Amino acid sequence: MFYREAGQYKTSYQADQALFPIRQDQIGIVLILLAAFVAVPLTASNFVIDSILTPVLIFSLAAIGLNLLTGYTGLLSLGTGGFMGVGAFACYKLATFFPGINIIVLIVCSGFLAAAAGIVFGLPSLRIKGFYLAVATLASQFFLSWCFIRIPWLYNYNISASIEVPARTLFGVLVTGPNATAVTRYLIVLTIVSVMTLLASNLIRGRIGRTWMAVRDMDIAAELIGIKLYPTKLLAFAVSSFYCGVAGAMLVFLWLGNAESESFSINQSFLVLFMVIIGGLGSLLGSFFGAALIFGLPIVLRMIRAALGLSMTSATLEHINFITLGILIVFFLIAEPNGLARLWQVGKQKLRVWPFPY
Amino acid sequence: MHLFYQIFIDPFVQMGSAPDLLVQTLWEGLVSGVLYALIALGFVLIFKASGVFNFAQGIMVVFAALTLVGFYAHGVPAFLALAMTIGVMFLLALAIERFVLRPLVNQPDIILFMATFGLTYILIGSGELIFGGDPKVMIADQLLLPSGSYTIKMFGGFVQMQKIDIAAAVIASLMVAILAVFFQKTRIGRALRAVADSHRAALSVGISLEYIWVTVWFAAGIVALATGIMWGARSNVSFALEIIALKALPVLILGGFTSIPGAIIGGVIIGLGEKIGEFYWGPLFGSGIESWLAYVIALIFLLFRPQGLFGERIIERI
Repeated sequence: MFYREAGQYKTSYQADQALFPIRQDQIGIVLILLAAFVAVPLTASNFVIDSILTPVLIFSLAAIGLNLLTGYTGLLSLGTGGFMGVGAFACYKLATFFPGINIIVLIVCSGFLAAAAGIVFGLPSLRIKGFYLAVATLASQFFLSWCFIRIPWLYNYNISASIEVPARTLFGVLVTGPNATAVTRYLIVLTIVSVMTLLASNLIRGRIGRTWMAVRDMDIAAELIGIKLYPTKLLAFAVSSFYCGVAGAMLVFLWLGNAESESFSINQSFLVLFMVIIGGLGSLLGSFFGAALIFGLPIVLRMIRAALGLSMTSATLEHINFITLGILIVFFLIAEPNGLARLWQVGKQKLRVWPFPY
Repeated sequence: MHLFYQIFIDPFVQMGSAPDLLVQTLWEGLVSGVLYALIALGFVLIFKASGVFNFAQGIMVVFAALTLVGFYAHGVPAFLALAMTIGVMFLLALAIERFVLRPLVNQPDIILFMATFGLTYILIGSGELIFGGDPKVMIADQLLLPSGSYTIKMFGGFVQMQKIDIAAAVIASLMVAILAVFFQKTRIGRALRAVADSHRAALSVGISLEYIWVTVWFAAGIVALATGIMWGARSNVSFALEIIALKALPVLILGGFTSIPGAIIGGVIIGLGEKIGEFYWGPLFGSGIESWLAYVIALIFLLFRPQGLFGERIIERI
């Protein structure tokens, strides 16, 4: 009824292969982008922008990165935090070396450095598969974490062993550092995330994405039809780490303001993996849902508790948060093992046939 | 040239010049290897019988140890507390089977893996909520575990061995022997192996999946309890112990996910490699290489045997 493509004829190949072939989707995406780019900066408070929207967008990008690797290529990785860290530290060093260069260029460059790290740590992936590979990627996580602590050059011999973001301007507007406004940083993050999501969606619709999915579904069969496994898997590692690296650089430069090794620990890797699984493996939209849910849950729980007016010590709160999060994860996995993206599809189908049951 | 000397010659010169230190390091490596192996054993048990990669094993260790100490702190005699903790682990196994595994039957491995993550969060939260987050002392003396140490004279120096470490090694070997017999000789053991081979075939010959899962999670719980007691006796019982679960993962991939002897041998290799590497090569790289050395050792082995040293051969078909 509301979402019905009947009568929308595709008369050219171009129309058939469009990113959003259905008119309702086209209108929807324009509305969402308008809301995100115009309505939010005008209306939302600094608190909402800085402590919810910006981090959710950044984590969505990291989740997209991991999704490209785990959801589309079928390589389970627990090293996301490490690759995000490579991006962040690389961006910091680049900003030190080249103070005059546009910060967005630096963020993208640090993504390439993270991609290089991804290729190195993706090397074992040809021989090692499944959970063995997952544990092997933990090696990269621990090694990189160790580097972030033990190599003082990375944080410019700072005594606190942390990186602090220098103030940088873009077209005369302050975008990083403690004095940049939340709205500016939000807009930059939103722009980068939108562009990179568009790139990712085109990547997976094209030849590269198809080879990735063939490898995911059965790598031997993929090899038999002429896909070279090693370059394909390494490319997946590289692109995934690129996304994670950019997310990590943005995390520090456009959100946290300063960071240390602890910000890119194993817990960060697990968090991003949660986002991917809860959101839906092999779905870009799911990455956004997953990031919003996993990042938003603790905030919502806190609000519910404040609304109920329960008085507890903060430690108790923290523990109850943990339990609730655990229960919700198990609940979501049982209720919808294919993730929130599947729920979205089911919802669209319901809208399509409403008011009839089928 | 200097670097070459430092990497390839100097450590061996050190080993030769102070053999008592070498023996001491080897012993420490052996002990920590055995303790890693105990955790890996819990992983292997569950993976072997249900194909679930149980990330919660590490936290089950902490949870079991905390429960034991918690009961004792409330005035329960030590051995009664031990029995009650075993009871708690049984209830935990029942609950996990009923509320997590049964609804998720026939799901892909990664979903079950994530579910054990959720379990980890629940156990961390409830453990801290009930027992508090501060470190506690394990009731090793009350459980009649030996304390103190032997000092052995050799190579013109002294080698010190903690009695508790010897006890740990003995208990670990006993447990492996018991589990091996249990898996090979008993009716339930055969059923477990059948389930591991094929869920459907096992069901068709009348093996109850629910029963098997409760059994195997209970067994893993008991292994966790033993591990918790041993680790707790060496340091304090706190959630910092949860990090040792991550230490057990390289042991697991080195030995192979499905092999009980593999867990033990992998544990010993990792333990020895880690301690020797840290002691002799550590100063070269700056300390703390312990945190990733184990993974690199495991990774090198894995490049030659992708299924681990003792894992079942991976046969791939179209």
